[in-house]
Amino acid sequence: MSDTVIHAPANAPEHSSGHHTSTGLSNEKLAMWGFLGSECLLFGALISTFLLYRSKEPHQGPAVADLYDIEFTSVSSFVLLMSSMTMVLALAAIQRGEHRRARTWLLTTALLGSTFVAGQVYEFTAFYREGLGFTTNIQSSAFYVLTGFHGVHVTIGIVMLVSLVVMSLRGKLPTERSETVEIVGLYWHFVDIVWILIFTIVYLIHP
Amino acid sequence: MSLQDAAHAGAAAAHEETVSGVGHEHPSDGKYVQIAIFLGVITAMEVAIPYITEVSGIWLAVMLVLMVIKFFVVVAWFMHLKFDSSLFRRLFVGGLVLAVLVYLAALTSFQYFGDDTTSVDERRGDPPAGAEADH
Repeated sequence: MSDTVIHAPANAPEHSSGHHTSTGLSNEKLAMWGFLGSECLLFGALISTFLLYRSKEPHQGPAVADLYDIEFTSVSSFVLLMSSMTMVLALAAIQRGEHRRARTWLLTTALLGSTFVAGQVYEFTAFYREGLGFTTNIQSSAFYVLTGFHGVHVTIGIVMLVSLVVMSLRGKLPTERSETVEIVGLYWHFVDIVWILIFTIVYLIHP
Repeated sequence: MSLQDAAHAGAAAAHEETVSGVGHEHPSDGKYVQIAIFLGVITAMEVAIPYITEVSGIWLAVMLVLMVIKFFVVVAWFMHLKFDSSLFRRLFVGGLVLAVLVYLAALTSFQYFGDDTTSVDERRGDPPAGAEADH
């Protein structure tokens, strides 16, 4: 049995990671887009589960919708939305070679993300004090799993952003490696678009 | 055509796409700020609607349209999908379309063929199933 080896063509573009790819595209970026495509299925499942159970009257404890603080959640949503802007500004800055500015925007994004997570912790605590625990009723379980999973994603994003700042400070994030920022940015924007869906479907539209 | 030739042709086509796609000039910082303001305005509209009127019928559709606009503006401009390779677009949109179809089918199945017919009762105007048991 002979092995078939396909060599990358000489004219294949070289990426910031410094190697040729058979598709001509960055493998890392391709992997991130594939991952984000699969994440659509994960969050689709969680949103569908919530939609399925929120129409059922809770047999115990309050209904989730009765406890929403729309003004507070609107501010949180706005904060997350603005973090997407600061993220894209960080990418633009590092692509221009403005490292100090890129770090500032990355830190701002991490701070805005932290504000959002802090808001979510506050919301969960307020709900718990109102008698809505994780297992109080099936609605609350679906709500906490959905928003909790999103919160975990935001937290992971914050860790990645802080890591980028540390890498940049150590000089390990030169302009040629700006694609690393772009990939983390894709993840961050995805977390934002998931919240766009959750905010409208879960918080603003309810029967 | 050998496998090697096919690989060369594919990579050359992708290279062309990369040059026209990835190599595209990204928007300026000012443009990103404008987009963020636009998104903020849409969010404000979304938040205002439930205060002004009951969210049903046409207003429900308006809310969903605003949500979809926000979603695709972020994907197209902030995630650069508008400027990037179409392969990325296919990967993401593929996952998105699959998710929407699968979960629409699942929700429809639960709504109409599930064991618990509470929501069907409610649509008929009857008291929710199990309501008597509570009292």
